[in-house]
Formats: sequence, C-alpha cells, structure tokens
Amino acid sequence: MNQKVEKVVGYDVERIRQDFPVLDQQVHGKQLVYLDNAATSQKPTAVIDSLVEYYQNDNANIHRGVHTLSERATLSYENARKTVQQFLNASSEKEIVFARGATEAINLVANAFTEKLSAGDEVLITAMEHHSNIVPWQMLCEKTGAELKVAPINEQGELILEEFEKLISKNTKFAAISHMSNALGTINPIKQMIELLHQHNVPVLVDGAQAIPHISVDVQALDCEFYVFSGHKLYAPTGIGALYGKMEQLEQMAPYQGGGDMISAVTFDKTVYNKVPYKFEAGTPNIAGTIGLGAAIDYVNNIGIDAIAAHEDSLLSYATEQAKRINKLRVIGTAKNKGAILSFVLEGIHPHDIGTMMDHQGIAVRAGHHCAMPVMDFFGVPATARASFAMYNTHQEVDALMAGIENLIEMFG
Amino acid sequence: MLDDLRDLYQEVIFDHNRNPRNFRAMDDADRQIDGFNPLCGDRLTLFIKFLDGKISDASFQGQGCAISTASASLMTDIVKGLTEDEAQHLFSLFHKMATGEHVEMDELGKLAVLAGVCEYPARVKCATLPWHTLDALLQGSEEPVTTE
Repeated sequence: MNQKVEKVVGYDVERIRQDFPVLDQQVHGKQLVYLDNAATSQKPTAVIDSLVEYYQNDNANIHRGVHTLSERATLSYENARKTVQQFLNASSEKEIVFARGATEAINLVANAFTEKLSAGDEVLITAMEHHSNIVPWQMLCEKTGAELKVAPINEQGELILEEFEKLISKNTKFAAISHMSNALGTINPIKQMIELLHQHNVPVLVDGAQAIPHISVDVQALDCEFYVFSGHKLYAPTGIGALYGKMEQLEQMAPYQGGGDMISAVTFDKTVYNKVPYKFEAGTPNIAGTIGLGAAIDYVNNIGIDAIAAHEDSLLSYATEQAKRINKLRVIGTAKNKGAILSFVLEGIHPHDIGTMMDHQGIAVRAGHHCAMPVMDFFGVPATARASFAMYNTHQEVDALMAGIENLIEMFG
Repeated sequence: MLDDLRDLYQEVIFDHNRNPRNFRAMDDADRQIDGFNPLCGDRLTLFIKFLDGKISDASFQGQGCAISTASASLMTDIVKGLTEDEAQHLFSLFHKMATGEHVEMDELGKLAVLAGVCEYPARVKCATLPWHTLDALLQGSEEPVTTE
C-alpha cells in the first residue's frame, strides 16, 4: 500500500468489519470486496438481531391491541421514531413520518402538493437528481400544468449556483434538491440553496438518500421544509425510510393513502383523519424494518457519523490519488466537495464489462446509469462504473479495486 | 487471474468488439429500428436491406458492451443471404442458446462463441439485444425495442 495514505487515528475498521457478517465470504474464490454501498449498504449484526428479536419476542400489530406484545411492539416502533428525530435533530418526533424509503417519501410530498400547484407555477430541481427526485415532480407537473425547471451542473459535476439562483422566481412554488449525488458524489451547498429559496418563500425538499450515511444532518439548522432518506443506505433493512416535514407543512397536507391507522373516526358519510404523523402511515407499517432502522442509527451513533465521514474521506482521497496512475481511467464527478463515491469510465471498455470482470475478482461495483440517466447524458457516457465506500471499507480494498481494474485492462488488451 | 472468464470473453469477442463488422449507418436501408436496454443504457440502431426475399445487407450503429457489440457484429454478418424465415429461426436458436436451453451448436456456426453468456444471467440481455431488435424489425415493428 502507498505509504502516503492518511488513516484516521483511532478508527478501528477491522473491529467494525467483524460486526458485518456478510463481508466474511468469498466470491468466485476471492475475498469479497464490497464497493457498492451507494446502491445499498450491508447490515451489522445489531440490526439483524433487532429483526430476529422483534419476531421472536414481540411480534404484534401496533397502535391497536391492549395486550402486552402489542404494547411492546408499539413502544419499540415509536422509540425508533424518537431515534430518527434525534438523528436529524427535528424539533418533535411528530415531524417524522415512516415510509418505504426516500422514493415513497418524495411521492408522498409530491402528491400532497398536487392541490397547491396550477398552470404557470414552477417546480425547481437540479440536473444531478436521482430518477426518484425527478419523476414524482414530472408527474406532479403533468397533473397540475406546472413546469419543471432544471438547474444545470458544470463539467466537475457541481451545481452552478448562479444559474440555480436565476431559476428561482415568484413562479417557483416548490424545489426538490439532492443533498449528495448518487452518481457523482457531489455534495450540494444545500444550506445556501435553501436560504436562496426561502428568500422567495419556496418550500424545499432535500433528498438525503445518499447523504445520510456520510453527513451529519440538522434539519433545524438547514431549515428545510422536508428531508427524506432511505434506511437501507444507512445500514438498516430495505423497505423502510423516513420523511421529516415541518409540522406546519405536514398539518396542511392531504393524506397519501387511505386505510387503517391513519383515521380517528370512520363512518360511511365521512372520515376524520388521524393526527400527524399517523395521518400519513396508513395500514400496518414495516414494524420490524422500523425497529431495524432505529438499531442502525444507534449503531452509527456509537461509532460517530463524523468519525465515519473522516474514514470515508480518507478512502476517497486515497482512491482518487491511486486512480490517477491508471491512464485509461477517467473519473466522472470531480466536485471539490464530494462524498465517498468514485464513478469512472475506462477508455474502450464498457462499464458492464467492467462490472462482470470485477465481480470475477470478488469485487462488487455498480455498472450502469445509477438511476440518473440525465447525468449520464450530460457527461456523454451511456453508463459508468462506480465504487462507493462505507464505514467498513479499507485502504487495502482500494488497492484491490485498482489491481482489479489493471487486470481487466490487461485482459481487454 | 481472469482466466476463468475466458468462457465468456473469448478472443473472438474481443476481436469483434475492437473491430465490429458492419458498424455503419445505411442510408438506403429498407428498414431500420432502434433497440434499447434500459437496465444498462445500451442502444443500437439496426439497418436491413432486402433483395429477392433475402436479407442482402445488414449493419448497425450504437454503443454497448463487448458482449452486445460482438453479438451485433456477428449477427449482421451471419444474417446476410438469409430469408426472413431463416433469420427468425436463427433468432430462436440463439435465444435458446443464450438462455441455457439445449440446442445443436452446429446450427449456430460462429454464434457459438457467445454460448458462455448463459452462465451470466445479468449479461444474457447484452447478447440478445441485437437479436430482439432484428426480430422486431422482421415482424414489421417501427417502435424502438427494449429488452424489458
């Protein structure tokens, strides 16, 4: 390994790796090197155990029974809500709505704004959004006659802030912006963007799906109206995520789905909806997943999100430096402020071939458009290969990545 | 280190990827159609010319991985001189081979170099995209084809 690598003092990555049983396996006869964390992260034993424990000891429906198991399940579920509230520094746990993931949370908000928008209004997004923060707004625009505006990015994959500001006008009625790009790694100056939007009283949703495992989030300091994330990128199970919404917003929003738990009284003439946040949680929710999300956040807090971020930054700098040695490699996304994602293309070698050839060396990377086709179009590539780092990745794994890339370049000839 | 990948990436495939045959637009094509794999973003345009009930010329353009490029390159070579029915028959044989069904390899000729793809479920569509595109073209479709 390169001598110049700067590791984070006191960060015991080998001990952390022991908490992730999936990492200890061979793929195609080679030690697994899991570098597809931006797609989904692996789960620590603490999270897996929380699911088993719930199903073995406490399984019952919540907010219903008066029996002991139901009370235990309800308590664990609501405790997870408090854990999310504290993690985001929301002022009340009532401002936390559980959803299937960031995608459902965005759809929930977009759906509620259908009533509030009309022809002539505009919704502002950026050119680096994930499809999940594009399509719901396109659907909203289609339904209401509003227009979708897209703030451009530069060659480094950074938002052009002046252009973003120019697109904000009295017609802008909503903005949805990514905290961190999943395809490029770019971290947006969201505090500044939110301030600009608020000068025109534009409510803003921040898509934190990619940022949440890397960046400490304080929704009160940010002052955003909405912040959404998925649990599965934060070491929690799939199928659970959360929406933070300011109470004043959530209270005036229409429910997303009708059903049980979201009502306080139902007759055939009229239904009275439950209070926030239950108004938005129709049906039996993902109770186990929610408890797993709480366990994941506890696990992250134990290590410390800032320590994790420092470790990942060290991996990214090392990988970026090492990548320069490979002539045929071009990094896509070179923003100054960037999270632990190395998206790249190799001259003359399609990312799909890279994906297969890396897999054969035990190295899991993503190859594709990363649900960000407009970003691929901007850079003039059909797809990229992407290595993305998490708390349990090591500098040796970066070496394995680089050696793997050199091997496949040699094979391609 | 990557030797065990040779069943998928045979030298012939690298050769067709580096120097794809029939890789050109055809201004006087009788029919052309786009094929698209939304999973990976690969796309190609297929051009076909007919003469006396047979495919007299075939070419393609686009961008794709080594497997799909080699597959399109081999396909456009092999279908020249075939009737529509013969080409359809070859498509069905190729599809069977790529998805791991038993076929007589002799009938497939040069296409047999792509047989290894059936061991790689994520890559089967790379190999079959050009063929699905041809199939749609022969059936008279003008809409872009997708593998999904």
